[in-house]
Amino acid sequence: MSILVNKDTRVLIQGITGREGSFHAAAMLAYNTKVVSGVTPGKGGEWACDNKVPVFETCKEAVKSTGANCSLIFVPARFATDALFEAADAGIPLVVCISDGLAVQDMMRVRNYYDQKGIKLIGPNCPGLLTPGEAKVGIIPGYVAKPGSVGIVARSGTLTYEVIYAITNAGMGQSTCVGIGGDPVKGLNFIEVLKMFEDDPQTDRIVLIGEIGGNDEEKAAEYIADHVTKPVVAFIAGQTAPPGKRMGHAGAIIEGASGLASDKIKALEAARVKVAKHPEEIPTLLK
Amino acid sequence: MKLHEYQSKQLFAKRGIPIPKGRVATTAQEAREIASEMKSAVVIKSQVLVGGRGKAGGIKVAKSPEQAEELAAQILAMSIKGLPVRKVLVDEASEIKKEIYLGITNDRAAKCPVMMCSSEGGVEIEEVAAKTPEKIIREYINPFLGLREYQARNIAAGIGLPREHWNAFAQIASGLYKTYAETDATLSEINPLVIDGSNQLKALDGKIVVDDNALYRHPDLSEMRDPDEDAASEIEARKYGLSFIKLDGEIGCMVNGAGLAMGTMDIISHFGGTPANFLDVGGGANAEKVAAAFRIILSDKNVKAVLINIFGGITRCDEVARGILKAIDEVGVNVPMVVRLVGTNQEEGRRLLADAKMETATLLAEAAQKAVNAAKRK
Repeated sequence: MSILVNKDTRVLIQGITGREGSFHAAAMLAYNTKVVSGVTPGKGGEWACDNKVPVFETCKEAVKSTGANCSLIFVPARFATDALFEAADAGIPLVVCISDGLAVQDMMRVRNYYDQKGIKLIGPNCPGLLTPGEAKVGIIPGYVAKPGSVGIVARSGTLTYEVIYAITNAGMGQSTCVGIGGDPVKGLNFIEVLKMFEDDPQTDRIVLIGEIGGNDEEKAAEYIADHVTKPVVAFIAGQTAPPGKRMGHAGAIIEGASGLASDKIKALEAARVKVAKHPEEIPTLLK
Repeated sequence: MKLHEYQSKQLFAKRGIPIPKGRVATTAQEAREIASEMKSAVVIKSQVLVGGRGKAGGIKVAKSPEQAEELAAQILAMSIKGLPVRKVLVDEASEIKKEIYLGITNDRAAKCPVMMCSSEGGVEIEEVAAKTPEKIIREYINPFLGLREYQARNIAAGIGLPREHWNAFAQIASGLYKTYAETDATLSEINPLVIDGSNQLKALDGKIVVDDNALYRHPDLSEMRDPDEDAASEIEARKYGLSFIKLDGEIGCMVNGAGLAMGTMDIISHFGGTPANFLDVGGGANAEKVAAAFRIILSDKNVKAVLINIFGGITRCDEVARGILKAIDEVGVNVPMVVRLVGTNQEEGRRLLADAKMETATLLAEAAQKAVNAAKRK
């Protein structure tokens, strides 16, 4: 078992013929992920990835012809909102949006629409999903991970690779790695993913990687205290970040007295979560 | 991106929100002319993108054009929290009977806009939230429906606004929502919204923060950007698509990925050092971008050592190494450097750097400790 994606997941890639899309589609195929189709308006009928993947004009056609049940979005930010609505209307139950730079007001409409339809969204501005040995749906480098029992949920990208890598080097593997993304309004959040890990028999420990901005980590801490029985280890990035400045991610900003790393750490520790002082300390705390 | 008070108020006025008569001046002489046109007392308000202008002496009332000139001269010579005052807004003075706070922001948790209102206007909403949270009335707005009229009435009733003002208030609330939606704002607020001497509602002060991610569809707003909002190095970084924030420490950081960049700053501090900046070179950084990043880091005279931490996924370590060599060649590097390259093409990257005199590390903690020690030796 794992969560969200596995070897049976049939992935459609929106923006498969672009620079990012084609590069990562190839890496996903190399990881034996079932990339069944692509969508690029204007390029329907062509083939991508050395003639391995058919390209369609619309998501609707791609789903009908190839039975895709997950969409991965790589299109540039200004077209991504439309791509998100298109995936939802094509009846795809799980959508992962890698694209970065979406306007917050657009994302509020997307999230409300997805909730009404009961569609799961990961991202935007995220590295996607990796179930080691089974499916890579996004840009997390496959070689840093190996199959195992640690579930990882994180707001950042490369910091997550760093943590996965440290865990793998310490001899442990991962059930699924979930990059939920660094935007203020996004799809699945810590709590939803924690619940999935709690229910997943393969996962026996959980790593949560948060950062400054908002209060999702505080809410996750409350949830952990009441509902999570598996051990949780956390790291919070941005302990040295100045207030009022957006630290790369749209959602990583200390506003007034809210969003501080110190408050998040305090809340997590109160929920009996072990909080690492730096990323490489995580494997030690997992043992 | 933050907009000035005068810009925000003009955007409000276009959408039917009453504001005081007034104009912007860049010289004391102009301020005097505007004041004499007004034929009444005026308020001279410094236009800088920080809070606390009043406390810093950046807002003054002038009773005559002569006094307006004198006060404008004083204010235009000021710096407030490090920002030079380049413009003043000269507004007709208003008699204030009542101050209200009215604002819209994006609620991250509720995933929709929220309109907030408080009968305690004139003070920062965070302060009201901390001291008397029960005085803040909130209406959550469905992003597909927008603000409905009944919601404005809910708010008016909630703050105990006299019934005679409800229609005017509903119009202002609607104008504020329109401004928020049409400018892709993350914050749009009127503080204070006042009941003036002639018993009219009026927006005395305004603030808009525009979502940077939406600026591509608002060229008119992009032009309003005040370069003083960011440090010169941050503006330079933006040109190259780098995400950079200047800090006060001694160790320059070059990292790929925002989370890892923050994590790197944190670990430097954990080992007793101080980061000089936040810098995310982004995914797929090429040699050109890396060289630009280097120039920006080294233009900071406080930098005593540089830590390069690259975890290659999309980013290729050999490309980064080439950028580093290019930068050394072009800029000349006279501070110690510690490099950690992990991931895609790491061997090639490390081989390229083997001849350049720099320390290397495989683990993050090791890299941070080496950088901290190097900065101390310098």
